[in-house]
Amino acid sequence: MASPPLREVRGTACVLRGDDIDTDRIIPARFLRCVVFDGLGEHAFEDDRLQAKGDHPLDDERFAGASILVVGRNFGCGSSREHAPQALMRRGFRAFVGASFAEIFAGNCVALGLPCLTLAPADLAQLMDSVSLDPKQTLVLDLEARRVEYRGGRLAAGLPDGARRQLLEGTWNATAVLLEAGERIEQTAARLAYGSSWV
Amino acid sequence: MSAGGKSLLDKKSLLDKVWDAHTVRELPGGDTQLFIGLHLIHEVTSPQAFAMLKEAGLPVRFPSRTFATVDHIIPTQSQQRPLRDALAEQMLVALERNCAEHDIRLFDPASGQQGIVHVIGPELGLTQPGTTIACGDSHTSTHGAFGAVAFGIGTSQVRDVLATQCLALPRPKVRRIDVTGKLPAGVYAKDVILAIIRQLGVHGGVGYAYEYAGPVIEAMTLEERLTVCNMSIEGGARCGYVNPDEATIAYLAGRPFAPQGAEFERAAAAWRATASDAGAAYADRVEIDGRRLAPSVTWGINPGQNIGVDERLPKPGLDASGQRASLEEAYAFMGLVPGEPIAGTRIDVAFIGSCTNGRISDLREAARVARKGRVAPNVRALVVPGSQAVARQAVAEGLDEVFRAAGFEWREAGCSMCLAMNPDKLVGREVCASSSNRNFKGRQGSPTGRTLLMSPAMVAAAALRGQVSDVRELL
Repeated sequence: MASPPLREVRGTACVLRGDDIDTDRIIPARFLRCVVFDGLGEHAFEDDRLQAKGDHPLDDERFAGASILVVGRNFGCGSSREHAPQALMRRGFRAFVGASFAEIFAGNCVALGLPCLTLAPADLAQLMDSVSLDPKQTLVLDLEARRVEYRGGRLAAGLPDGARRQLLEGTWNATAVLLEAGERIEQTAARLAYGSSWV
Repeated sequence: MSAGGKSLLDKKSLLDKVWDAHTVRELPGGDTQLFIGLHLIHEVTSPQAFAMLKEAGLPVRFPSRTFATVDHIIPTQSQQRPLRDALAEQMLVALERNCAEHDIRLFDPASGQQGIVHVIGPELGLTQPGTTIACGDSHTSTHGAFGAVAFGIGTSQVRDVLATQCLALPRPKVRRIDVTGKLPAGVYAKDVILAIIRQLGVHGGVGYAYEYAGPVIEAMTLEERLTVCNMSIEGGARCGYVNPDEATIAYLAGRPFAPQGAEFERAAAAWRATASDAGAAYADRVEIDGRRLAPSVTWGINPGQNIGVDERLPKPGLDASGQRASLEEAYAFMGLVPGEPIAGTRIDVAFIGSCTNGRISDLREAARVARKGRVAPNVRALVVPGSQAVARQAVAEGLDEVFRAAGFEWREAGCSMCLAMNPDKLVGREVCASSSNRNFKGRQGSPTGRTLLMSPAMVAAAALRGQVSDVRELL
């Protein structure tokens, strides 16, 4: 189940400003009434986009074809729905750059091979302004060096060690790695003092 | 330096004890392969996980450690099969099929034990101290009330747990939050957690587990602790817990899935030992004075945007925290006016229920208020028990009749209007006084609907008066 290693993401970006954007906004709950993830891409940010009447970054032609979404602080907070990164992935996004990410969202992204890189607030502000001015520029997210390259130079980025390793090794589908522990899983279970009443 | 035979270095928090006991191995890169003692699933976030498992040709490794229920999509007016909503029926059928195929116990409506996953875990005695609990739902933090390390996961991780009973995770830091003093009358567990999130922010808990402690938390019933831990995730903390004590042990005695007889006593001793050691080190500590808390109401679009019911709405122009843009966005959506009091804000809908506040003690407190009058004209008011067991208990106490007599609708168990995946939804720009956990834009089913979070008693007060009201005037 290993995937090809992911060392960098290269592409144009879309800037989505605002902090604490929750997963209900990324994919409204009515689209979770499904048993497959197919078709979620077209509904990403559906209600925000309707209310913005065409003035939403995802509908901005200048950002068309972007594969990197640049966001604010605590992006993806709230519900654990993997439908949120699934919808963004199916819309063409391959990576996220922001001030910070909610933990469950970031974990879901890693499981899909989508890096979430963090930048210092001042660097993020510069990157947002630069991409807004020149949306055709290509960004390079270097996962190995933990770096974002843009027209204005190179920015030091954050990427947790565990996530970085899974991406670089192509082991973000964690099942295979976890199975490698073999009998140690059963040994751990046997050592635990609970569960006997219902296991 | 030692106390009680333990050196300072040996002193551990509950998080560290539970984490260490469940560590299968350390993974390259620093994450832990953590064994998950109890896995809970529901109809929304599991079908794709079972499909992935099938695609990989893997069995469920420990089927007896996974339990299922149906809560998000279940209608609360009629649960007659087939469900009227074909998509909901399809999801329920998929859950039934997956549980049957993999020998997983399902608590469906016919079982009499169905309910919101975070309500039934504790009431069945599945939720126990010292355990690790995962569920494809962010409010899994609820179970921390029993001294479990419990957290929400996504669907790919549900697949990982089904296939391996493990997750690859970084160990969180622990922030200890002491709530001191004693709560004034009319101030509830909901107000405590809203105050914590207001102070620490909706992102303040990222990277942390929250350990709730201090006299106010220790004096709480287990149901109140469930409310506090439930909303840890709204403060950014994936996991929040309370150290187990005698109240925890008393709650579990006699529960269907709790150990019985001599085994219970052995378990209780182990549970006591999982509590954080006195003097354990914490990455951060915060103290909140419980005596100064008031009934709280959210006014904005995230749970941190809340104030006491006797306060006035904040002025974005005076904000020094760099959140001016967020405040302005919230005002634009909510249509409220900075500087005005929140009390008196008119409501259209009142919702009592959810994994935050859908337990029997919540219904009792709301009923105390409901007895004082009738639901205001033009207000649609719903009471939705968190589980079939809660519903039975409420009926036995006559609470359903109290609510009906006051003009509330009495419904069947489910997530209902907390999250708009079933027929219970706001319409248009309706304003809802809600005992749930999220006031996000569109959360209650109308893209422009507005949510004011508060305690169940405050929701009942708002329902009677047709506007946000200080419940202390009605108690």
